[in-house]
Amino acid sequence: MSKLLSIRLVAIIVGLGFTVAVLWAFVSGALAVIQEGELKPATAEHEFHEYPKQYAWSFDGPFGKWDTGQLQRGFKVYNEVCSACHSLNYVAFRDLEALGYDEGQIKAFAASKQVPGIDPQTGEATSRPGLPTDYFPSPYPNAVAAAAANNNAIPPDLSLITKARHDGTNYVASLLTGYREVPAELKKEFPDFALSPTGHYNPYFANLGLAMAPPLTSAGQVTYDDGTEATVEQMSKDVAAFLAWTAEPTMVKRKQTGWPVLIFLLFATVLAYLSKQQIWAAAKRKDD
Amino acid sequence: MSFPWAKEYTPTNPVMKFLDEKLPLPRLVYNAVGAGYPVPRNLSYFWNFGVLAGFFLVLQIVTGVVLAMHYAANAQVAFATTEHIMRDVNWGWLMRYAHANGASFFFIVVYLHIFRGFYYSSYKAPREMIWLLGVVIFLLMMATAFMGYVLPWGQMSFWGAKVITGLFGAIPLIGEPIQVWLLGGFAPDNAALNRFFSLHFLLPFVIAGVVILHIWALHIPGSSNPTGVEVKSESDTLPFHPYYTAKDGFGLGVALLLYFGLVFFLPNYLGHPDNYIEANPLSTPAHIVPEWYFWPFYAILRAFTADFFFIPAKLMGVLAMFSAILLWFFLPWLDKSPVRSGHYRPLFRKFFWFGLIPAMAVLFYCGGAPAEEPFVMLSQIATAYYFLHFLVILPIVSQIEKPEPLPYSITEAVLGSDDKAVLGENATPAV
Repeated sequence: MSKLLSIRLVAIIVGLGFTVAVLWAFVSGALAVIQEGELKPATAEHEFHEYPKQYAWSFDGPFGKWDTGQLQRGFKVYNEVCSACHSLNYVAFRDLEALGYDEGQIKAFAASKQVPGIDPQTGEATSRPGLPTDYFPSPYPNAVAAAAANNNAIPPDLSLITKARHDGTNYVASLLTGYREVPAELKKEFPDFALSPTGHYNPYFANLGLAMAPPLTSAGQVTYDDGTEATVEQMSKDVAAFLAWTAEPTMVKRKQTGWPVLIFLLFATVLAYLSKQQIWAAAKRKDD
Repeated sequence: MSFPWAKEYTPTNPVMKFLDEKLPLPRLVYNAVGAGYPVPRNLSYFWNFGVLAGFFLVLQIVTGVVLAMHYAANAQVAFATTEHIMRDVNWGWLMRYAHANGASFFFIVVYLHIFRGFYYSSYKAPREMIWLLGVVIFLLMMATAFMGYVLPWGQMSFWGAKVITGLFGAIPLIGEPIQVWLLGGFAPDNAALNRFFSLHFLLPFVIAGVVILHIWALHIPGSSNPTGVEVKSESDTLPFHPYYTAKDGFGLGVALLLYFGLVFFLPNYLGHPDNYIEANPLSTPAHIVPEWYFWPFYAILRAFTADFFFIPAKLMGVLAMFSAILLWFFLPWLDKSPVRSGHYRPLFRKFFWFGLIPAMAVLFYCGGAPAEEPFVMLSQIATAYYFLHFLVILPIVSQIEKPEPLPYSITEAVLGSDDKAVLGENATPAV
């Protein structure tokens, strides 16, 4: 008994030790808050950052499907605008089949791109026309070149961008349409706030100053083949949808696989419940 | 190792008879999870989670072995092979999402299993060894999950590895050499990734081994039950099969519905977007957070923001975080109340529902929030309560509390009466 008592005594002392230590930290934190007069200092980034606009996407929700027309338009926007600076490393030309292109179109498109290759005669590094099995080539030979061409801000690879940001598809569309002048209220509230010399004000970007200049600036910048009017918002939405596809080409298949699995499981669970009820019915009575 | 009325395995089929003579494996299964294991008849659905945890361990091993066939543990290509699994491997996306969310569900069911143990004091004699092995399993799970999260080599993988191995750097004098030794370098890189992969493959089998010990230890006193009154006679028990196989089957169905709902429709809900950015040692994410199942302990780590006399704040936080789990090892000897179940412990019950559960909820929330006010102050208060609860309140409550009267037996608790109940036998709590 005395041994057990001593275990508990040690526990109480240790427990009080941790409690005093953490409350000590609490008091010093609370004193700092009282001195500052506020819980946390207000920053322009915190006050003026906006959450992405909420768009309706064809692939939203448990029954969502790709809108291949939109994906083709978005692909065109990527190809004609974004691909000048942004790579798409994890997407191969062959993947474009999912967008509704046939083999001939994919072969022709791949051949229109130069990919790194090796000269079969000399073994020297060279470039050759792409094949459907090749991946989208990067606009820069390496990260140093990408940084050098862009004021040290390396344009991120776009393959996974919509999965790599909170609410990514809405984020991309919001960001592309979100460029504006620094608001007057911001200048009034935070006179010290200054964009970096190469920054462009965008409330959807975490620190409000985006290195990328507005890429989509005028309606009709990309000519759509299907007659859709190419407004800046339309192009932004289309390319965001395309990037949602590049981030997870299997998304629609995933959702469509999910339904039979859940329906089967629901059926199995109801059966399991009924058999459990039947087996237990006997045990509820006082039979022994 | 079982009750005298346990059914005996009697094979009739000649093949099974042969097997029973040469290698009585069917007999082992029969006695472990079959009709040969008498179980208290009053187990609630809170007793489902052990079987569910076992299921998710097997699921993790199966999906993990498949993923390992397509993954390469090399910092140059790890991120790309993960994407290769997602895009090019047949059903690779399903394997990866099943594995990532399987880890989350493994933790969900294990946390429910542990909190069942807290409320019903499942750690008390004669079940101390089951509890101790359970805490060992939980520690192994945490190590395995942490190393698994590093493997995709995304930003959170890298920075999580850096922060967690950095904790060892807080140890005075030998901390930094230990950190370098653990990582095989000064920062996470190929050496760290390779050894984490190796250990991530190994540890689940170690867990499976300890699970066998856990179940073995369980079969010596038999399962606990919601009244905390030990089994007295045959009428207190039912054979595991078919009663609890059926009940666990239903529980498994419900768990799988929730699990596959997440896998197929919200597979990235519990993850962090930053882990879809390839690891970059030169770019620190704005908020480094571990996976959700570490949040309560991460909040305890970060709650110690001020040096305490000669102990630096960081060391204090590391000590507190490890102590927060290690103290569970001592619970059987800290809580000396003769009554097990929280149902019959009015004071304990109040501290459980209005103290421990809210404190854990606050720690959970603050662990996932950025390290700024008011989250830091909230987690400090919750951390203080956490240690007070287990190390101060529990020992004192068990001393001063007057428990409510217990039923004579499980039979009486379930059926309202027990022919064997003798007046006056309840004067002393049945243990």
